[in-house]
Amino acid sequence: MRKMVGLAVLPLIVFLVIGYMSRATNGATPQKGGDVIVGLSQEPTVFHPLMPGIEVDRGVHMAVFDPLWRVDSRGNFVPDLATQIPSVENGGVAKDGLRFMFRLRKDAMWHDGKPFTAADVKFTYDLIMNANFKAATRSGYDQIASLSTPDQYTVVLTLKKPYAPMLALWSDTYIVPQHILSQVADINTNDFSKNPIGTGAFKFVERVPGDHITLEANRRYHGPGPYLDRVIFKYIPDLTVMFVRFKTGAIDVTGIQGITVDHYAEAKTVPGVKLYVEPTSFVEYIWFNNALAQFKDKAVRQALYLAMNKQDYVERVYYGVPRPAESFLAPASWAFNPNLPKHEYNVSKAKELLDQAGWKAGPDGIRQKDGVKLSFSNSTTAGNKVREQAQAFLQQGWKQIGVNMEIKNMPAAVVWGDYFYKSQFDSVMVGWNMPVAGDPNVLTWFHSGFIPVKTGQGSNTLQYSNPEVDKLLEEGVSTLDREKRKQIYQQVQSIIRDDLPFLTVFYYVVIEGTKEKLQNYQQNANVWSNMWNVNEWWWEK
Amino acid sequence: MWRYVLWRFLQGLGVMFAVSLIGFAILHLAPGGPLAVYATTTYMRAEDMARLQHELGLDQPLPVQYLRWVTDLLHGNWGRSYRDGSPVLAAIGSRLPATVELMLVSLTLAVILGVAVGILGAVRKHSIFDYLATTGAMVALSVPTFWFALMVIYLFAEVMGVLPSGDIATIGRPFSLLDRVHHLVGPSAVLGLVLLAPWSRYTRSAMLEVLHEDYIRSARAKGLSEQLVLLRHAFRNVLIPLLILAGIQLPLLFGGALVTETVFSWPGMGRFFVDSLGYRDYPVIMGLLLSSTLLVVVGNLVADLLCALADPRIHIQ
Repeated sequence: MRKMVGLAVLPLIVFLVIGYMSRATNGATPQKGGDVIVGLSQEPTVFHPLMPGIEVDRGVHMAVFDPLWRVDSRGNFVPDLATQIPSVENGGVAKDGLRFMFRLRKDAMWHDGKPFTAADVKFTYDLIMNANFKAATRSGYDQIASLSTPDQYTVVLTLKKPYAPMLALWSDTYIVPQHILSQVADINTNDFSKNPIGTGAFKFVERVPGDHITLEANRRYHGPGPYLDRVIFKYIPDLTVMFVRFKTGAIDVTGIQGITVDHYAEAKTVPGVKLYVEPTSFVEYIWFNNALAQFKDKAVRQALYLAMNKQDYVERVYYGVPRPAESFLAPASWAFNPNLPKHEYNVSKAKELLDQAGWKAGPDGIRQKDGVKLSFSNSTTAGNKVREQAQAFLQQGWKQIGVNMEIKNMPAAVVWGDYFYKSQFDSVMVGWNMPVAGDPNVLTWFHSGFIPVKTGQGSNTLQYSNPEVDKLLEEGVSTLDREKRKQIYQQVQSIIRDDLPFLTVFYYVVIEGTKEKLQNYQQNANVWSNMWNVNEWWWEK
Repeated sequence: MWRYVLWRFLQGLGVMFAVSLIGFAILHLAPGGPLAVYATTTYMRAEDMARLQHELGLDQPLPVQYLRWVTDLLHGNWGRSYRDGSPVLAAIGSRLPATVELMLVSLTLAVILGVAVGILGAVRKHSIFDYLATTGAMVALSVPTFWFALMVIYLFAEVMGVLPSGDIATIGRPFSLLDRVHHLVGPSAVLGLVLLAPWSRYTRSAMLEVLHEDYIRSARAKGLSEQLVLLRHAFRNVLIPLLILAGIQLPLLFGGALVTETVFSWPGMGRFFVDSLGYRDYPVIMGLLLSSTLLVVVGNLVADLLCALADPRIHIQ
């Protein structure tokens, strides 16, 4: 009798153990099959991942190509074409930070069947640095002294001096095929840009100009996935129409620019969909030209912040969707400083500050000091209805404290041309993310040696100059230890929060929607496009 | 007659040259450029922008840039798009089929129905039909196309689900004529109605003018049936001003309709032109400018020749 019970219990136990082990970490096993249609309000046109492109182009690159490793939504690196993330602990990174070594997968393959090897990584680097090649950017890569490949699956990087963001740099570098691109007559204009061949989870099938792009699953992908059969990017120029098509189920994912805030309430009532509202690492700024007489005075900047009703701004202009921000780094960043002083809305304190600093109201009600009026312009992209409302909001609020803000909007091609890069503006209303691939290195944004109008390089259009910050930033970029860097950048955030070379308004929340049954869609504030893990998306049947 | 055609052709070349010069000047003198689109590409720095500016030849003086463009053009090279590097002619050509499909159907609908409504309105002047047609035309002319198109999508696609909410065909499915026609219904109905209104008004007034002519009175006096009077005498004379209108509207066939294309996500020339403008894709914009000028020149010439054919009173010298 006991033997019988034992016999029955054993298979039961085995069955239970197998059942327990085979459940995937998210609770279900990905099922294969199905197409996904992603709606985009801008058309991807650049398929060469190393040439200048915009966000939507990157979405295609992420599906067709692979980097050595990816960065996930928590800021951790995950191996892709490399087998392991090089670190000081595993010997992949030399203690002095001048040498990186890593091994590559042996089972990765190009879409045309040829094997992926270290020669492709070397070629990618050489191509970027090739002066005849129209590379999107060389910054970061120019820190590499040499790249060598001791064998087919090993890569060694030698740096000129320690450069902490090196790993992050390669997480957004998509490897291109040496065997194809070394044979073309013109590296800038060739068939590869129209019919890209990568190692990625999806193969490029076709582009119908102005209409859509079709990708199909790469069945020989090194994994994980892909589980979908096809990914189709559909260009839908009008955002209202995109929302309608999302409601009717004609598209499965609302890609850039997502669902507009004024449709959010309605979107929540649509059946069969999932909405994603995580903050991105894009911050909305009131960006000052700190070389301007009005903004040189810290008291002015502080007063402007105090007189800005941030809560109302977010709630009334933006329907309460985005999250208020104090730092240029997002909560998703591993270097985020959560202890920055919170914004205070205090009009009388603002007035006091300005009075004490010597800004007295003139006969027209506008404050002035030493012949300089507290009057300046604020510019942004013309036609952006929500921003225009925000500007009107600010204008009203600041009038109360005797500050005159003029609204001076222009078409995007104008305001983001020389007007911005050569610091010809007074102030602009703009949103972007400074970290590249989640790395908090903001050297070229705040360092005084990177003011474009003065030195011809960098992104410090603020014309901000603080020697303490300069020193900290230089340290941050050359220190390898993450904990040490965290402290450095937290200090930088603290100083900048105090200096206020710009006002941080909120973290963008791009409201994205997908059909409920689409699994594994993940917003990731550390990467440029939410197509980053398209190889892991699947349809629940 | 051929001397006339040649003369007109030479004139046309002169027009094209002038348009290209003025167009080029305005395009480049307007502030901003094709690199502004990379403002939010945060890994691209100011020095990358400067380098790209140089690589695209945009740091050269304007006359030098124009001369380069003209020289290339005369060699048959229309340049390449800044956006996707494809040859300009190929880029324009790729948008043509979808544009012609939409415009041909819409214009055909508009012309046939518009002329019919116009003639009927003129013949039955001040009848209920005429008043309804007039009011209808005014409404169709005043209603913003954008709103009208969105209403059609809302009603027929979202609420009733009988029409697709846009596109030229169902994505991801193989070609099917029925599917294409199904997708054509919405946009061509909207565009057709909007284009119908002027045609009906124009035809009506042209018809009314003709109907007051002496020869119509003579034809009636002769004892001809009203039908014969209308068809053989009146209509043939109304045809002349209508032909001129058709010739002038020829560029529409290839120019597309921006608003309709935007709302219905139709990959046509109208949308292409505006997108290129926004991106400051200079080579494409110049190509589009040139080709549409060519069409206007050809369209006017065709209209004039057809008129000469239709009207024996017109002599070509």
